[in-house]
Amino acid sequence: MKALKILILLFFAGIMIFAASDLPNRGDQENLMHAEESITGTVVKGTYFIQNAYRDARTPNMVTVVLGDYRSIDTFGEQVVIYTAGLITLLILRKGRRRMTP
Amino acid sequence: MKDPFQSPIVLLGARLLSPYIMVFGWYVIFHGHYSPGGGFQGGALLAASLLLIRVAGGSRLAELQIREFATTPLAVIGVAIYFATGLAAVAAGGYFLDYELLPIPGMEPAWLRYTGILIIEVGIGLAVMAILVMIYDNMVRGEDYG
Amino acid sequence: MADFFMGHYAYWFTIILLCIGLYGILFKKNLIKKTIGLAILQISVVLFFVSVASKSGDVTVPVRDQANFPVEIAANYLNPLPHTLMLTAIVVGVATLGVAFTLLIAIYNRYNTLDEQELIEQFDD
Repeated sequence: MKALKILILLFFAGIMIFAASDLPNRGDQENLMHAEESITGTVVKGTYFIQNAYRDARTPNMVTVVLGDYRSIDTFGEQVVIYTAGLITLLILRKGRRRMTP
Repeated sequence: MKDPFQSPIVLLGARLLSPYIMVFGWYVIFHGHYSPGGGFQGGALLAASLLLIRVAGGSRLAELQIREFATTPLAVIGVAIYFATGLAAVAAGGYFLDYELLPIPGMEPAWLRYTGILIIEVGIGLAVMAILVMIYDNMVRGEDYG
Repeated sequence: MADFFMGHYAYWFTIILLCIGLYGILFKKNLIKKTIGLAILQISVVLFFVSVASKSGDVTVPVRDQANFPVEIAANYLNPLPHTLMLTAIVVGVATLGVAFTLLIAIYNRYNTLDEQELIEQFDD
């Protein structure tokens, strides 16, 4: 059973390394992800954020602009997720305490 | 923690460090527009300053800094700041979280976006701080009385 | 060949880290150690995204510095989008880790053990 698990793990690592050999080189400037225009002719978002963040929000830190302005609804979802996580700890442990102490 | 680890040196070091970490957390939140930083990182730093006192001094000493029941309302306030900013933009006739239409007179649209980002960063910071402290408090409580 | 190696070794390290995390999840019997493996796996994904975002050459962090690095040339700055995604992913990861440890505390309060085998035996009784 343990040998089978090790075999599965090695097989998984082999598949992942084989798949990673198709990725573009790290730091390659000609990577499509860093291009000005994608292959379908639309604007690539990362480049758009670099060029227009200061014009849109007067904020030099582009990560803040992406977090708070362009993707603000996503950030709101993340905040609701961590709020729910806090509430889950509250509900689980409070309830368990009351039942355990007679 | 019923029986905290009693060491005056550790307690003194924690008491010395905690206010500075808290000030640095607020600096990271409010200076997030000009340097790496923002609500999430600043909130984590604020939580670190509160948890330092909680770990070093036990929960009875930490009661003096922030009460245990105060963390849930703080988290609600943080989420409500964010949601109210979005709703204010909706009420002014724009999309949800479209800061250009926030009802603050005498500002250009770009500077209104700047202000809107600052407001929601403060909300994120409060919520992250309160929730990390809340998770720690509940874990300690579940450990002690379970 | 050396070019291929220099371009890909960062990916291989993140894959090794991912396999260490999977090893923790698959082999360890203690639930706390399984959770630590889950955290390592998550960190490997974060490192992979950050390494994808990098650009070679004379590049700076995504904070505007118009005097030295003009904003109009996008090759001067790192890609800000993966950094933003991972920033939120880290905080959500911490919160979900808190939920996982909360569940473990609840399990320990009820069954007085965190070992997988002992838990299964107690479920069967």
